[in-house]
Amino acid sequence: MSHAETALPPISEHDRYIGQSVSRPNAVRLAEGRGTFVDDIDMPRMVHVVYWRSPSAHARITRIDASFARLMPGVVAVVDGVEMAKVCKPWVATLSHMVGMKSAPQYPLAIERARWQGEPVVAVVADTRAQAEDALQYLVVEWEALPAVVETETALDAATPIIHPDLGDNLCFTRSLDTGGVDEAFAKADAVAEVTFQFGRHTGVTLEPRCQISDFNPSEKRLTVHHSQQAPHMMQDLYSRQFGLPESHIRVICKDVGGSFGIKVHAYPDDFATVALSIMLERPVKFVADRLESFTTDIHARQHRVTGRIAAAKTGEILAFEIDDLTGIGPYSMFPRTSAIEGNQVVNLVGGPYRHQHYRAKLNVVFQNKTPTCQYRGVGHPIACAVTEALVDAAANKLGIDPLVIRQQNVIRDNAYPCAGASGVKFEGLSHEACLEKIAVMMNYPAVRAEQESLRKRGVYRGIGFAALIELTNPSAAFYGVGGARISAQDGATIRLEPTGVVTVMVGVGEQGQGTEGIFAQIAADVVGVPMSAIRVVTGDTDVTPYGGGTWASRGAGIGGEAVLQAGFALRKNILSLASVILKREAETLALRDAQIVDASTGESVMALHELGRIAYFRPDTLPAGVTGELMVTRHYAQRDYPFIFTNGVQASLVEVDVDTGFVKLLKHWVVEDCGRVINPMLVDEQMRGAVVQGIGGALYEECLYDEGGMLQNGNMADYLVPMAAEMPDIDVAHIETTTKSSVLGAKGAGEAGTAGAPAAVMNAINDALRPFNTTVYSQPITPEKILRALGTIR
Amino acid sequence: MKAPAFDYVKPKHLSDVFALFAKYGDEAKLLAGGQTLLATLNMRLSEPSVLIDISGIEPMRGISVNGQMLRIGALATHSEIEESSVVAANAPLLSKTAPNIAHRAIRNLGTIGGSVAYADPAAEWPTCVVALDATIVVQGAAGERRIAAGDFFVDLYQTALQTGELVTAIEVPVKTAREWSDFAELSRRHGDYAIAGLAGCAQRSANALSQVRLVLLGIGATPLRAKRAEAIVEGAPLTDALIEQACAALKTEIEPVADLTSNADTKRHLAGVLLKRMLTNAARGA
Amino acid sequence: MDTTLDKLTVQLTVNGRLERREVQPRQHLIDFLREDLGLKGSHVGCEHGVCGACSVMLNGKLVRGCLVLAVQADGGTVETIEGITKSGVAADLQAAFVRRNALQCGYCTPGMLTAALDLVQSQPTATREEVREWMSSNYCRCTGYQAIVDAICDVLAARAATTTTNTGVAR
Repeated sequence: MSHAETALPPISEHDRYIGQSVSRPNAVRLAEGRGTFVDDIDMPRMVHVVYWRSPSAHARITRIDASFARLMPGVVAVVDGVEMAKVCKPWVATLSHMVGMKSAPQYPLAIERARWQGEPVVAVVADTRAQAEDALQYLVVEWEALPAVVETETALDAATPIIHPDLGDNLCFTRSLDTGGVDEAFAKADAVAEVTFQFGRHTGVTLEPRCQISDFNPSEKRLTVHHSQQAPHMMQDLYSRQFGLPESHIRVICKDVGGSFGIKVHAYPDDFATVALSIMLERPVKFVADRLESFTTDIHARQHRVTGRIAAAKTGEILAFEIDDLTGIGPYSMFPRTSAIEGNQVVNLVGGPYRHQHYRAKLNVVFQNKTPTCQYRGVGHPIACAVTEALVDAAANKLGIDPLVIRQQNVIRDNAYPCAGASGVKFEGLSHEACLEKIAVMMNYPAVRAEQESLRKRGVYRGIGFAALIELTNPSAAFYGVGGARISAQDGATIRLEPTGVVTVMVGVGEQGQGTEGIFAQIAADVVGVPMSAIRVVTGDTDVTPYGGGTWASRGAGIGGEAVLQAGFALRKNILSLASVILKREAETLALRDAQIVDASTGESVMALHELGRIAYFRPDTLPAGVTGELMVTRHYAQRDYPFIFTNGVQASLVEVDVDTGFVKLLKHWVVEDCGRVINPMLVDEQMRGAVVQGIGGALYEECLYDEGGMLQNGNMADYLVPMAAEMPDIDVAHIETTTKSSVLGAKGAGEAGTAGAPAAVMNAINDALRPFNTTVYSQPITPEKILRALGTIR
Repeated sequence: MKAPAFDYVKPKHLSDVFALFAKYGDEAKLLAGGQTLLATLNMRLSEPSVLIDISGIEPMRGISVNGQMLRIGALATHSEIEESSVVAANAPLLSKTAPNIAHRAIRNLGTIGGSVAYADPAAEWPTCVVALDATIVVQGAAGERRIAAGDFFVDLYQTALQTGELVTAIEVPVKTAREWSDFAELSRRHGDYAIAGLAGCAQRSANALSQVRLVLLGIGATPLRAKRAEAIVEGAPLTDALIEQACAALKTEIEPVADLTSNADTKRHLAGVLLKRMLTNAARGA
Repeated sequence: MDTTLDKLTVQLTVNGRLERREVQPRQHLIDFLREDLGLKGSHVGCEHGVCGACSVMLNGKLVRGCLVLAVQADGGTVETIEGITKSGVAADLQAAFVRRNALQCGYCTPGMLTAALDLVQSQPTATREEVREWMSSNYCRCTGYQAIVDAICDVLAARAATTTTNTGVAR
């Protein structure tokens, strides 16, 4: 397999933009404060909703008295779950291909029983948010606390209450995987390491909270929802089915979204409740989660206890991995993508970069009376990578082998593809060896090691940690479609030549800041043959774009980009075909370059594109009979070669641990990433950086801290610690391009890999720094207290 | 969240403030910088009927030196203190500490009077004023009182202010030629409330400190004088052995209050690290 | 002294234009700017004064709009991202942000730029580390901060070079 260290073959006749670090056209208006986020939008007769949310982890609601609340100034309605159930069906979040998965029916507003602190129970609607909050204080809700299930280790014990008695137990999903030969591998191993890992539950903290405006026109029975969301067509489908409205009567608009990271790809009970209210009240209803609500209602993720083992021979060869993963979700699986996917991914991904044949895994996903969990940037990859890479370091340590060397020895060879990993994941083409080689040079590994050694003698403890990773992107229907979820795995792009020669591109994949619209413009400009300034991209509107899947699983560039590419080539062909008729020349002798139709061999301009536009649209009388310009084309693309197109990379972290205080200073971070063809190196760099820092958050700072009663203790921006600029390192990024053959574009995804590898690299670096003290920390977030405890400084 | 409804009034004179206090009692809250109050109101953690904006009361402004006394008006913002050359010359401990307080935007509005009156155990100014042996000047309808900083902080969020009184100024003894002072705190992120912090002030001669005041923040319900540690340091040459002794004593005299991610043992240990580092720096003449 | 539960009249100069409105005392400045004046460029992220999304200039100083009441701003001057853009005072910062991709979703960006403007104006010789410390007042989830730091350092260097050019002496 060859890796592009030099330029890849061009996509178009002449790639002026593809492969270049072009600034994003939509960045200018955002830098001038001219974005349009949902809360920026006001509509006539619009009202605001706040929700009375359960103050308890598990409560029986015995009485709701809205009589005082209804009298408060500005109040328009107070609605409970029973009334709302008349308008909106309940849902159950399971997928049929996750065999045995179970969850209970969930309503938009809880009826009779609330099962997590923050679950919405009553809706209060008023002219302003402040008035609705004022009225909330006069809403009388009587409730009795019920026992709450808040420990994962005992969730399945006989003595633990069952959250949904009809389900029989608190088990949402279980899975076992066994390649066979695992016990034999461990028996013959020269080194076995076993580690118990803890990963703290944490959450996305998008700066723009979840919000939407739902507007129902009763005359047409048309629903329009402005939503800060990643998957407009998915929401269109869900609203259609939950409310019994035809799909054609629903428009979902997702324009500027202030950060999502997966938090905004799920369908929340308050999403359905807000829509229900607009139907009941026949006027626009706006919901904006405030920051306190966000902490208890945005999906959480990544609460796992993983016991892991690695078996290795004294040569350094890794023989086997084994894991037992216990993960705690909410009282319901989250709709519609389900809360079992994250754990399922952990099973699929542990050991991913390596050549071993033997692997055994067990997974239990258990219900808790805590905020529901679901897919959040990386989805299981950060856990799987941290477990794998820490075990590899543990084996290396036992065998006295350098951690970079043991990885070089064990990664799947770059020329071994296509092949499958031990867990069954299929790989088309990766570049682990090339990435490891490159990172060693980038970071000047021998120098960093030497410096670590000399500083240790002076009582300064630095550590170097590596993480090799795989990351799934460009999903096929294997992810959701096969399980019955109506989440599109294909995408479409419509491309239209306007009379003046500018080009409009409408795509089913949108963006929340990644730069997807920018790269679509780059692709379209190159493939059609016009300047990038002539391209206008439209996304995020189900009335306008082709049917698509939206943004998730790092599919925007690879799948959306391919649809744009195909549509662009088709438009170019149609333009040249029409030009050939107008100019009475063979189409092959013509080319479209920089908005000019030119002689393909001399480059001489024969007709301006806007002239062709004028003729096509305003002077069809001048065209021969039977000839019509088809200057708007749509193409769809689905990735069908593999369940996922995997990417790979390696990260390295350099830290300094102050062993007196337990504080960790992040000195530097390196990333070598392979996402196939890089359409815009700057945007990939920035995706990597943002994703790495988000991963560092989980590794060092972020945890949703619950007490024994299931109450969130730190649900605010002062007590929940997100990474800020002063503590973050500079991050160097390099690219290797192993293209995918599943598309012409050859691009894979890049949005999540940073988050997949950062916790592993940082944890490994900390443990490398602590090596002289013969101690380790495997519980994330790694706080100063945990380091002091590991050092024996405190009990 | 949106704050609950309240009235707002901005008196020009202190006498009007006292009249409002008399009328509204604890239904009224004072608004100076508002950097703490408004956050609590936005979260509906308190519901006063009226806010009395005291930012227009001129006698409470200003930073000036009068003889041996540096007077800092209660309305002086953290930024004003940070940027003041008068403070730098006369109470360098405050200049050194100011950049640790939250972030610039907060410092532009937050006031020293507000910080001292609110008495958050993790706040920097209460600890510094105790270390500087400052005097808190308060006024009520009955007149003015001067309270030693060491007596001002009574319990968690409780000060010696009586009903109807407010802090009008802080008086700090002007730095002597031989004065040593230092401040350090440990926080996970720059600008956060510290897990633990330490302000130190003393007279230095040769390698010894006398009239030592070592005051901890984030450890007790109020700024905490580490008296046993002070006693060991007092007048004695700052050797490594002495510093160890002082840290050991410190650990015996504090019962830290745990927070969400640091238990009492961690805080006790960190307080010891802060003291060791500060005294070691002092010994080096830093 | 009279108090009232009714609205109070405030008069303030916003982006160079005198505005006079009736407000409830409880309304904070950022809601006043967004809802009463329609200046949607500044954003609300937490209302606890921690995230910095609501950063605006009040009387020439950087403040958090959620921790100031509109009534407190009576008689004062406010600059939001809209006014800052129109005046051109941050044009080099905005261009640097776009060039470095120091913004992704754009939600933190107006607050980030306002804080960055305050920085380059008041700390023209800030080091990279000082830039990181200073900008740690503003939360960004998308960028990981490096591009923001790079953009600000670009501007600091360019402004310093211009100053050197103008005076012939490096400051």
